[in-house]
Amino acid sequence: MVSKQVKQLDRVIIRFAGDSGDGMQLTGDRFTQESAAFGNDLSTLPNFPAEIRAPQGTLPGVSSFQVHFADHDILTPGDAPDVLVAMNPAALRANLSDLPKGATIIVDTHDFTARNLTKAGYAANPLEDNSLGDYALHTVDLTGLTVAAVKEFGLSRKDAARAKNMFALGLLSWMYGRPVESTISFLERRFAKVADIRDANITAFKSGWNFGETTEAFAVSYEIKPAPMAAGTYRNITGNLALSYGLVASGVRSGLPIFLGSYPITPASDILHELSKHKAFGVTTFQAEDEIAGIGAAIGASFAGSLGVTTTSGPGIALKSEAIGLAVMTELPLLVVDVQRGGPSTGLPTKTEQADLLQAMFGRNGEAPVPIVAPQSPGDCFDAALDAARIAVTYRTPVMLLSDGYLANGSEPWRIPEVDQLPTIDPDFATATNHVSKKSEDGEPDEFWPYLRDEETLARPWAVPGTPGLEHRIGGLEKGDGHGNISYDPANHDLMVRTRQAKVDRIADALPPLEVDDPSGRAKVLVLGWGSTYGPIGAGVRRVRKAGYHVAQAHLRHLNPFPKDLGEILERYDKVLVPEMNLGQLSMLLRAKYLVDAVGYNHVRGLPLKAAELAEAIGELVAQAEGVDVDLTAPAEEAIS
Amino acid sequence: MTPDNTSLAELPFPGLRSGVELVPTTDTAQTGKDFTSDQEVRWCPGCGDYAVLKAVQGFLPDLGLRRENIVFVSGIGCSSRFPYYLDTYGMHSIHGRAPSIATGIATAREDLSVWVVTGDGDALSIGGNHLIHALRRNVNMTILLFNNRIYGLTKGQYSPTSEAGKITKSTPMGSLDHPFNPVSLALGAEGSFVARTIDSDRKHLTSVLSAAAAHRGTSFVEIYQNCPIFNDGAFDAIKSPDTKADAIIPLVHGEPVRFGAPDASGLGGKGLIRDSRTGGVKIVEVADVGEQALLVHDAHNPDPSTAFAISRLTDSGYLNQSPIGIFRQVERPTYDDGARAQIDSARKAAPGDPEQRLAGLIGGGDTWTVV
Repeated sequence: MVSKQVKQLDRVIIRFAGDSGDGMQLTGDRFTQESAAFGNDLSTLPNFPAEIRAPQGTLPGVSSFQVHFADHDILTPGDAPDVLVAMNPAALRANLSDLPKGATIIVDTHDFTARNLTKAGYAANPLEDNSLGDYALHTVDLTGLTVAAVKEFGLSRKDAARAKNMFALGLLSWMYGRPVESTISFLERRFAKVADIRDANITAFKSGWNFGETTEAFAVSYEIKPAPMAAGTYRNITGNLALSYGLVASGVRSGLPIFLGSYPITPASDILHELSKHKAFGVTTFQAEDEIAGIGAAIGASFAGSLGVTTTSGPGIALKSEAIGLAVMTELPLLVVDVQRGGPSTGLPTKTEQADLLQAMFGRNGEAPVPIVAPQSPGDCFDAALDAARIAVTYRTPVMLLSDGYLANGSEPWRIPEVDQLPTIDPDFATATNHVSKKSEDGEPDEFWPYLRDEETLARPWAVPGTPGLEHRIGGLEKGDGHGNISYDPANHDLMVRTRQAKVDRIADALPPLEVDDPSGRAKVLVLGWGSTYGPIGAGVRRVRKAGYHVAQAHLRHLNPFPKDLGEILERYDKVLVPEMNLGQLSMLLRAKYLVDAVGYNHVRGLPLKAAELAEAIGELVAQAEGVDVDLTAPAEEAIS
Repeated sequence: MTPDNTSLAELPFPGLRSGVELVPTTDTAQTGKDFTSDQEVRWCPGCGDYAVLKAVQGFLPDLGLRRENIVFVSGIGCSSRFPYYLDTYGMHSIHGRAPSIATGIATAREDLSVWVVTGDGDALSIGGNHLIHALRRNVNMTILLFNNRIYGLTKGQYSPTSEAGKITKSTPMGSLDHPFNPVSLALGAEGSFVARTIDSDRKHLTSVLSAAAAHRGTSFVEIYQNCPIFNDGAFDAIKSPDTKADAIIPLVHGEPVRFGAPDASGLGGKGLIRDSRTGGVKIVEVADVGEQALLVHDAHNPDPSTAFAISRLTDSGYLNQSPIGIFRQVERPTYDDGARAQIDSARKAAPGDPEQRLAGLIGGGDTWTVV
């Protein structure tokens, strides 16, 4: 056996890339789980085409999974991979431009045939023409080695070759000292019913590990120590899973049955899939005939005393707009989850974007204010869902929960909360008459007014069918203040429009102050973001600080209403930079409300913002604000995280 | 002649679950007044909706259900104002979506009697998708479709049930659309209860509503309803004493289908027989074929083909002839019962404190502990 060198690293970014059918998402996910179990901090970025099986071997068919893991707290899946695993020529070609010079490339040579090279647009074989001279290239016949390793199981060549992703995973697991037990037990569970496939995958995985350990081609393995983390029990979690758990928790902590009315749409469908497993928590899932029926049924369920939820992406929100207006008008609790994707129209179904903010804010007829809550990381989707449920129930209003494709599919370690520490939500159903009619003889309330409001929150009573004496009718027509009967009175309409707005505005009364991270207290530039840009913004800000400059960061969870102290915070800074994956939607809201000269940093590439590029933009603004030259190249490379 | 549906009072079939069996009842005597809200009714004078409202207010007390356990949901249109006038729980929602909202209510709560009030535009045009899917799923609710064959609230455009060639504000040279036959559509969507009645025939209307409420699943009732302002007289042929005997083909379960001027036996001189040439049904003189040859109406036939064939006897142009009564009532599992049964069985399989189970759920999967 060759003696192997072990090198210490503080962080690594690996991208697994292959054909859509090569199992790259599974490979990346397993590597992530191994890294999580090992105790690294991590962040992941799956990236796959909308086509289920795009033509094999072509550029559009390439699917990839990037995982960033480190011995310290990290915020993003990383800008540029240190290691690319490419299972075919298309995977190499599609990802090469993202690699910095010196990066490691591991290719499966088996698929580098003349035909596949042509499909990928290569005139010559890049493995042979020295065009990859700037990289540490490892050419391995992963497929051939896999087929040889699993020969004993008597699989067809095609089935045998399918285990090549596990061979690659084994090799990478050896290179980075990953624990292998969880993957082996995963494969045992996954293929429990097909013994030969199970054994072939486990054998391929182990063979990949052994190949790394024995072959001279790989002389070095790496160690990335566990990251220090707050005490607690952790798991790796994606945003869609965390959001689903947050909805289940909302049901448990409110005592309300959850009713999800939904129509499948990428990238939100996984929430429907997940919630359909949790009927034992009283969760009903209704796969409707269309987006409108999904929200319609959710509104009906809310009227009947459940917590109605509908999940979708931007195109679905467009279809649900009229029904959201109905929920605004009828003042019923409702959660509207928008897992944003690239738009407009069908857009980029599997890619991320933040361009539905203004749709969430204004995309309805009339004055129809809807509170907006946005999670900032995959794990944060859990808390954001609970927060949105609290607002919906407390204020009797539809609430928009704005996740996005990156949060939905990306993952990070999540400290599992104690259930008894989670907030409780009080449905506070109306049970008695609340208004004294002219007919009342004793001056006690003898009738029910569905629009008589709570003085503090302006919420109306939620009286569910089956409650005697509180029979009432609600609907989309304007209603008279208090009694709720149809009213076309001009002054009443003006009052009701203002009251519905005031109710949403009052949500801010119960919000905590906005946290501003300004360690030196001397920053003149504030970077303000919302949603999934939290990671890149945090990483960009760190890089600027590490180079010795001052910058403040704040991140909005509540987009409507804004925290009460936001205006005052904005005034404290000379410059405000607003990075968004849209063309400046939060910037527009801030400019309109606070008359602040917000500077946008906007990319709509269907991918998370890149921390290093964002740091440059922050640096430029710091230079302007402080009248100094800013040079971010001075710090060590590891500052970018 | 008024069709007699008394035999339907026995519905649902022995052993079948009733549409309202899980809805709490009251021993307190109720009257129509108890179901009348304090809101002024604002339909046009002479509108057929008044008659249906009166019939519903008169019939609801007979159900003996607790008022607070009844929910009326409507969409948009003249008829959709209906819930405001009933002192039950109610929602006047958005155009065409009432069946979806009612689906949420009915699925969330087994103890509610859920009604949808809709019109030909609301249910068949903008809301057509929700209607067919509610019927397909067989959600436990009763859908009352007020068909006046015109758009009333938007002031007189043709509707999806208007006869082709109709001159309206939006079709000065005549409408080009072929109309839907609502009963055919409901049967095509495999509705488990499909009926048609007339606003002006209170007795028949009430008997059909009773049967619809008793049916477990989606009960679909088309109600011919006159709009005196924009489509007056659309149903004159089946309302006029001079013509209605020939215009109404009454469907009574278990009885030969006969109509028209009475013959010597006192029964209708015309009847239906199977048409071996088309596979459908055709109208014959009873005297020509003999009573034994007549089609006996079987609303409980699991195969909807004959019911569909009968539904095709409805004129698609000006209405001179239409079958009236319960075309179909069959037993089929309901969506909402199934959804609740799945929840019940999942709960039984995972008993215990929800908070502990939640801790188990979120703490599942591959975990690691940092101390």
